[in-house]
Amino acid sequence: MKGKLILEDGTSFSGELFGEAKTVGEVVFNTGMTGYQEILTDPSYCRQIVTLTYPLIGNYGINEVFMQSRKSFVRGLIAGELCEVGSNRLAASTIREFLQSENIPCLHEVDTRRVTRHIRSEGTMKGVIVPENMPDETVKELLSTSTEAGVVREATTPEPYTIEGDGFHVAVLDLGIKRNILKAFKLRDYKLTVLPATATAEEVLSLSPDAVFLSNGPGDPKDVPEAIATVKALIGKKPMFGICLGHQLFALAMGADTYKLKFGHRGSNQPVKALSTGRVHITSQNHGYAVDENSLAGLPLVVTHRSVNDGTVEGIRHTELPIFSVQYHPEASPGPEENTCLFDDFDAMIRASKEGA
Amino acid sequence: MPKKEYLKKVMVIGSGPIIIGQAAEFDYAGTQACRALKEEGLEVVLVNSNPATIMTDAHIADRVYIEPLTADFLAEIIAKEKPDGLLATLGGQAGLNLAVKLAENGTLEKYGVELLGTSIEAIKKAEDRELFKETMQKLGEPIPESTIVEDVASAIAFADTIGYPLIVRPAYTLGGTGGGIAENEEELVEIVIKGLKYSMIGQVLIERSVAGWKEIEYEVMRDGAGNCITVCNMENVDPVGVHTGDSIVVAPTQTLTDHECQMLRSASLRIICELGIEGGCNAQYALDPNSDSYYVIEVNPRVSRSSALASKATGYPIAKVSAKIAVGYTLDEITNAVTQKTKACFEPSIDYIVVKFPRWPFDKFIYADHTIGTQMKATGEVMSIDRKFEAALLKATRSLEIGVNRLHLAAIDTWDDERVKKEIRKINDQRLFVIAEAFRRGVSTVDEVYDITKIDRWFLRKIKNIADMERALSEEELTPSLMRAAKHIGLSDASIAEITKRSAGEIRTLRKSMGILPKYKMVDTCAAEFEAATPYYYSTFCAEENEATPSDARKVIVLGSGPIRIGQGVEFDYCSVHSVWALREMGIEAIIINNNPETVSTDFDISDRLYFEPLTPEDVLNIIEQEKPEGVIVQFGGQTAINLAASLQKAGVKIFGTSVDGIDRAEDRERFDEVLSQTQIPRPKGTSVTTVEDAFAGAAEIGYPVMVRPSYVLGGRAMEIVYNEEELRDYMSRAVKVTPDHPVLVDRYMEGTEVEVDAISDGTDVVIPGIMEHIERAGVHSGDSIAVYPPRTLSSKVIYTIIDYTKRLALNLNVKGLLNIQYVVVDNEVYVIEVNPRSSRTVPFLSKITDVRMVNVATRVAMGATLKELGFHSGLVTPRPYVAIKAPVFSFAKMQDVDISLGPEMKSTGEVMGIDYHYARALYKAIVGAGMNIPTEGCILFTVADKDKEEMKQLAKAFSELGFHLVATEGTAKAIHSLGIDADVVGKVHERSSDIIQRIKTGQIHMVINTLTQGKHSAKDGFRIRRATVEHGIACLTSLDTAWEVLGVLSFMRERRLVYSLALQDYVGGGDDLA
Repeated sequence: MKGKLILEDGTSFSGELFGEAKTVGEVVFNTGMTGYQEILTDPSYCRQIVTLTYPLIGNYGINEVFMQSRKSFVRGLIAGELCEVGSNRLAASTIREFLQSENIPCLHEVDTRRVTRHIRSEGTMKGVIVPENMPDETVKELLSTSTEAGVVREATTPEPYTIEGDGFHVAVLDLGIKRNILKAFKLRDYKLTVLPATATAEEVLSLSPDAVFLSNGPGDPKDVPEAIATVKALIGKKPMFGICLGHQLFALAMGADTYKLKFGHRGSNQPVKALSTGRVHITSQNHGYAVDENSLAGLPLVVTHRSVNDGTVEGIRHTELPIFSVQYHPEASPGPEENTCLFDDFDAMIRASKEGA
Repeated sequence: MPKKEYLKKVMVIGSGPIIIGQAAEFDYAGTQACRALKEEGLEVVLVNSNPATIMTDAHIADRVYIEPLTADFLAEIIAKEKPDGLLATLGGQAGLNLAVKLAENGTLEKYGVELLGTSIEAIKKAEDRELFKETMQKLGEPIPESTIVEDVASAIAFADTIGYPLIVRPAYTLGGTGGGIAENEEELVEIVIKGLKYSMIGQVLIERSVAGWKEIEYEVMRDGAGNCITVCNMENVDPVGVHTGDSIVVAPTQTLTDHECQMLRSASLRIICELGIEGGCNAQYALDPNSDSYYVIEVNPRVSRSSALASKATGYPIAKVSAKIAVGYTLDEITNAVTQKTKACFEPSIDYIVVKFPRWPFDKFIYADHTIGTQMKATGEVMSIDRKFEAALLKATRSLEIGVNRLHLAAIDTWDDERVKKEIRKINDQRLFVIAEAFRRGVSTVDEVYDITKIDRWFLRKIKNIADMERALSEEELTPSLMRAAKHIGLSDASIAEITKRSAGEIRTLRKSMGILPKYKMVDTCAAEFEAATPYYYSTFCAEENEATPSDARKVIVLGSGPIRIGQGVEFDYCSVHSVWALREMGIEAIIINNNPETVSTDFDISDRLYFEPLTPEDVLNIIEQEKPEGVIVQFGGQTAINLAASLQKAGVKIFGTSVDGIDRAEDRERFDEVLSQTQIPRPKGTSVTTVEDAFAGAAEIGYPVMVRPSYVLGGRAMEIVYNEEELRDYMSRAVKVTPDHPVLVDRYMEGTEVEVDAISDGTDVVIPGIMEHIERAGVHSGDSIAVYPPRTLSSKVIYTIIDYTKRLALNLNVKGLLNIQYVVVDNEVYVIEVNPRSSRTVPFLSKITDVRMVNVATRVAMGATLKELGFHSGLVTPRPYVAIKAPVFSFAKMQDVDISLGPEMKSTGEVMGIDYHYARALYKAIVGAGMNIPTEGCILFTVADKDKEEMKQLAKAFSELGFHLVATEGTAKAIHSLGIDADVVGKVHERSSDIIQRIKTGQIHMVINTLTQGKHSAKDGFRIRRATVEHGIACLTSLDTAWEVLGVLSFMRERRLVYSLALQDYVGGGDDLA
């Protein structure tokens, strides 16, 4: 069936419709050439319509091991060609079967480069995927639905749970966490208590964890004031490490500000400079908001990492307390695996704070 | 200013002549590097023996030395120029090897030259087998287990520890004779026994075989501060077992999960850091399709063919960035040339798929073994870009210029199904076509083909998609939706026409009436994430938006020359690039269309716009309709571009320069005869025949020997000299299929001096920048002859005649631009052999040594300027006081069963130049530069045809007087003895007592002089002797003319200093008189 992607500004793109025909979400693009399953199951994309710029999707199939969450939270996929039969030893099912089972509306055979160019120049905006002949009123109605409010609540774990381990005990504030972060902690044999985004500081502290981790997640960090409050109350109490949304929440909790980027950073090729060493690392990123560097003035925070492309803040550290955070994804999946040392830094920080205590 | 501020002058080593495995990609890399260094205000000294390149242009480097790439010459130039730094990692393996030599022999230290970029230690760690193994073991990176054994028992013991399959390679045999893959102990024992026998030192190397695994490549960059990025990864469609240069390759990888990509990426970064590479590097892996296991196969610590491909595939200028890193910059300090905003420290992301397809020389070497394996055989390659694999593959297929539009070979049509199925097993240049045919006929399934070939099912399914679409086209009505679907997967109008039995023109009209038009997309390194300024485009039918908005400026399209092949090399890319530059100088927007990723012309900052597209009428017309240029220039893109002229004109496109009619009058035999009768210029007597009987009659009338060839040829294809009726009969039955539509030309073979002229005409005046005389008498293809500028033996009268004839021909054909004419001079009479109304192989050479910007002038003339306006007047430009010699270079070592004897069929892949004030030294430089080992003492074997014996005697005498020991076959020896000179007699090869081959093998013979003899035994003997010389690196002269010249050089060598160098700028600017 023929379908369309219609953006808020009226621009429309045609393609073949697959799956549920009506959907609305914030239209973003990711430039990674592999990792479609990881992207589609990363809760940070909750309620977004993801455009994959690589034109051939599904080449190596789908496998449970690449799931980054219990399910996909995206509102839709915009793609070029969908591969009918994936070819890889791990290709357990096809992209089509996956889209179907996850109920992801998809418009394919789309000029995704045109979509990307449009968003790049006009900025991220809402859009709908609809059948070709959908009446204008329905489109308008769809476009008027809010997509951001409560998005973290949708992505976070509904109930707390524990992952056993013999190492440090880390309380994880799940704002929509990717499984590979948990995997990175498991590799270090941590005991993990994963808490919903609504957890309070008291609840966290009652666990007596060795440290707290603030996860990635979707949406505007200012939309989760309860989480900001939690983080604020935890500062100075426990060593902390935040990734992505967790990083932004830490900044906000410290009194800094965040702002929305024109079209965000989403891809597996984002260069980030570690200011302490001058070394540049290629990182996996997925964020639409950033910490405002000007707002850091006077706060006990230093910028540790910066984007080489646009100079935006990619990492900060507390000048006195054992807390640091990064905007990018050291856990990879998808993307480069060269930044896992941040987990070692976290580990060292917990150890040092335990020894100091 | 370079980051390393103490650097003022840097020397760059080029890669020398084009050979199989080292082609135009290094012209692209070297040119980019020189420009990057000049940008930093550095004085650049370039050394490269290859005159056909852009990089050896006087304006690319401050000092250009076109000298042999040997340690002696390099040391001489270093002593003279005293550079502060040496950049060798952009000159291929040749450059790298030289750098290692110069470091090891102390030259670099002596003159205080810093090796820039990757260090010698790093180079050795990557190149030395043992050091590499150690390094990888230290890193924990797996390499295929291997061992060297001297007996069968050890081989079995090794097999017991690692299992099968195993690759067995005898040590020290060229071409891998006696090796093989063993699947079990029985096979292992058999192959090892054989291998031990073949090996000259009784050793065989046994290695775990990963044949059939996925072959994956990573292009990695690292700077001095340790920042690393991967530019691109690539997947070979052909699994491990086929040389990557002979593989169809896609970028990025298609069948690897993100996890697999990251695993190999991480390995690449670990390796590049451990080796300490500073610049570009290429790592190749074998990845098990059935597990997470991989092996590191090879690491190239330099810019390579794959880097050129990766650069063109992504838009990331690897060579330029490598050069900047070499002078001290870090990746985050270098601007991304594409976006002009972001930095070079990022990883390109692409939103299309790239296919590289090798171009093999089997159209020239018809009888060569077409098997593809670990020894690379391709001379060049094409690349294509689209948004679907099928479309990119089909674009690549039609870019090859092998007479196909799609994956369909007419020859296969006659095969029965059984044969089709059987041929899938053969790994050769036809395999993909056979697979497509099997799917077309439905005789094999994807799984069956996978089991045989191990080509990933993903690729096979796509090929099947194409076959299925072809079937739909042949069975269903051509509706708009079917047409759209066919164009989506990239079938050309010509293919659709072929399948639906209509004309390509009809399909084109129909398609356009359906509104199905291509769109053009930009290559921007970042998948559109950032705004880019690159005017680099590809077409696709799978898109809504056209990004290539044409400008309102005056613009002209220059057609490129496609893949490098024998007969059409890098020279034509040189010409295309200069034409583009000329147009830009004139303020005209220059648009280039080409499909060769190895070249300078496909660098996006050369032209105003680059369309990376096939050079077929459809693809070119689509661009013309989109750009609406004033016209097209076809005379610089070799035969590729010339062949398009007629169809473009028919479509109403203006061809700048010589008219299509002029081209046809030069190329069509009968019309050319008219030209000659109008201009009253003689040519060797000849006739055109359409039956075998007519051929005999014609030849008898003309008189043997005769030169025979099919009409409309390029590079002397299927051209032979035959001496009698028997040979003619053989030729007619074997080499050509004569029909009324395809006549065969029979010409008197005139054994005279061959002369070549390149001229520029504006229709009124004709300027001849230079005349070149060939050392080898007519009969040896001009591309394989040694050419001397200025001529040495021609009388003034002959030269006057040549000038006169050239003028007459140029004016008669109304040439507007370049033309190339070959003459033969017999007894002071000049005959014309061939006229090419286009640029030629010798244009770069002549341009450089005469300082006439031939292509620039020709482009201006084609655009309407007169030679007078440009400051030229008719006639020969005053010859220069120095001598320049162009010598051919062959790749015989890579083509095991090709006869190296010279004849009318072109066999060389590249060329070098020797320039000097002394003829003999110029020749010496050319010969040494061409890689020929001329001995100064020792033993020379003579074995020549009867017709050559008289002349040979005098030659033998002269060599004997120089103190050489002579050996000869019986008849030849008898002739030598008749002059009272000693010569040992050796038996002929087919005589069992003989030991010629043995003597060559054991180093008792240092040079061979052999002319082609007819007859079954002697022909075979000659072939074996000649091949033995190739395999043992001994000079083999198959023309007595060459031998005489070598003799001259040898005499000269005894008196004069041989290693003496001047820069091109010294010669052209007047030079010094110290020589």
